[in-house]
Amino acid sequence: MSQPHDQFLADATNATADAPQRDFLRKALGGYYNSRDTQKARYRDWEHARDAAALAKWNAVNRLDRTLTTFAANFERNGGKVHWARDGAEARAIISQICREAGAKAVIKSKCMTTEEIHLNDALEAEGYGVVESDLGEFIQQLRKEPPFHFVFPCMHLKREAISDLFTKHLGTAATDSPEELTMIARRHLRQLYVDADVGISGANFLVAETGQVSITENEGNARLTCALPRVHIALAGIEKVIDKLDDLAVLLPMLATAGAGQPMTCYNTLYAGPRQPGEPDGPTEFHVVLLDNKRTALLADPEQRDALHCIRCGACLNVCPIFKNIGGFAYGTTYQGPIGSVLTPHLRGLKSWNHLSGASSLCGACTEACPVRIDLHHHLLHNRRNAALAHASWFDRIFHGAFGWVIARPRLFALGGRIFRQTLPLLRRLPLPYLTTWLRTRDLPEPPVRSFRDEWKGSKR
Amino acid sequence: MSSAREDILGRIREALRLPAPKPHLKAGSDKPGRAWLPEAGETQVDRLGVLAENLTKLRAQLVRVPDLAAAKAALTELARSKGWKRLAYHAHPDTAACTDGLPCEVWSVDQNFDKHHLESCDVGLTSCEAIVAQTGSILVSSATNGGRALSILPHVHVVIGRADQVVGDLTDAFALMRSRHGDRLPSMLSFITGPSRTGDIERILVLGAHGPKELVLILVG
Repeated sequence: MSQPHDQFLADATNATADAPQRDFLRKALGGYYNSRDTQKARYRDWEHARDAAALAKWNAVNRLDRTLTTFAANFERNGGKVHWARDGAEARAIISQICREAGAKAVIKSKCMTTEEIHLNDALEAEGYGVVESDLGEFIQQLRKEPPFHFVFPCMHLKREAISDLFTKHLGTAATDSPEELTMIARRHLRQLYVDADVGISGANFLVAETGQVSITENEGNARLTCALPRVHIALAGIEKVIDKLDDLAVLLPMLATAGAGQPMTCYNTLYAGPRQPGEPDGPTEFHVVLLDNKRTALLADPEQRDALHCIRCGACLNVCPIFKNIGGFAYGTTYQGPIGSVLTPHLRGLKSWNHLSGASSLCGACTEACPVRIDLHHHLLHNRRNAALAHASWFDRIFHGAFGWVIARPRLFALGGRIFRQTLPLLRRLPLPYLTTWLRTRDLPEPPVRSFRDEWKGSKR
Repeated sequence: MSSAREDILGRIREALRLPAPKPHLKAGSDKPGRAWLPEAGETQVDRLGVLAENLTKLRAQLVRVPDLAAAKAALTELARSKGWKRLAYHAHPDTAACTDGLPCEVWSVDQNFDKHHLESCDVGLTSCEAIVAQTGSILVSSATNGGRALSILPHVHVVIGRADQVVGDLTDAFALMRSRHGDRLPSMLSFITGPSRTGDIERILVLGAHGPKELVLILVG
């Protein structure tokens, strides 16, 4: 068994044993379900809208070479600079160099999961830059030296008391049990940091090919400030974020908000085309976009699962997933949690070590139903299982499934096997068999029927 | 060694040699996506109704006034009742008409301005590019509405808009931006949908996370 697999089992077991924490998560998500349903009901047709969103992403991803080069040309025409990074190391080097050339001291960041994916903060801090996360949830997680718990709601696992204690410890503020007062503490603390930062680093929700704009969605206004006040703006984006047309956003922006947070629109949806232009009173003088591959092209090469690149990171699949609700975000051990994370991570980090996430699913399909761009998430988990079995089957899988396949292809042998199985099932329960004991720890074995289905069938025909 | 750009594009072209199936669409889904979004209102009166309802839900304040003189009176009343000390604005016929004689210090951000000074302002006063009924969004740009920071750094954002700036949906707003700015879109276009908010602590809504705690739209006409 691989190390991530062992870690997953241990962490998931601990998390599921914590019943009060699970209740807390469910309660926190309760409001989301209500507002999401209210907003969805306002659509003239949510299902048709999902089709439109899926088609917009399909068109862009399936002509990715053209959409990306169009974006890059238009972004540079607007006065920005495009950088290409094959992997995380290249992206980190590019961003470090921009910071160095800008003579930066302080870097302010708005929320960007892609920077988590490439561990950018560690790299920048190692070079001596002060890096501050400005999204409230990310700011809290940075103080706790913890990764985000949920890629849209980074600290949803924390109670207000824990946040109050954290602020007392790091910022010296008085204890409070008011979420509003806690938010204001962060607001006061961060304001001066935006004004003083030399470089602002953001992510990108969409890259618009036809106009060369970077689209950023947020509720707090921290990304707006990050992209307004520092001299240099760097946006890090996965290559799959590109869409063809500005008009595609007319559908994608409202749907991202509704699916992700039950809002009609996220508070700030901002399109950036290049640095400050002549006649504009403020804004950065340099605007860089770093386009990151980091194995996305390997996923692109799999037509069966290519649509996983359509993901707009709304987080809807996490919010409805029975596994996420029980094991929480940390047990995954991944940058992207929940169903989409279980689909993507084996592609990004290797199927051999991460295939166990394909089993972190009840295959109920709630994720697929929730996805605003219709990614076939739960079937992709099955595809990953199949691909893993083809590539790296364990000796147990090979012998067991080989024997099973051989037996069921022979009806008489299958009937005999069934009879033996029905007789010996009570006995199996007591034997210390390795896989079975683990399986039965949290499950009940049904009572075997007295007669097989075939016997019943024959009987009923008579 | 080939460049990262050529490498990545090469990998993409190689990957796309195998086609992926087109999404299986429901019958009727081939219309443009805007047809399926929430109602935006057929007539201008409908759109103003949809807008007012959305702004209420978003906890933004809508003040409807017949003319600029009334807008100025409304702004003066706000400044007095809320005790504003310092208001920042940008040059625009609508905003300039309202700032004379306000019971607070007023300061313009039209030249290279000091961002520390803007940070000390209670209020940012801007015009807007458009207002989107369907989503309750106010569209501001860096080119015509005072740059990037004015509408986000002060604690209160007041927008002077015109009733004829209200459009139906985002598609309408994008079309308007293209016709107004052509190929050279402003370096920032921001759809502001209610005051700044967060739900990061226990998923409880708090207004004024980093951006304005209050958003007031004074709609003229």
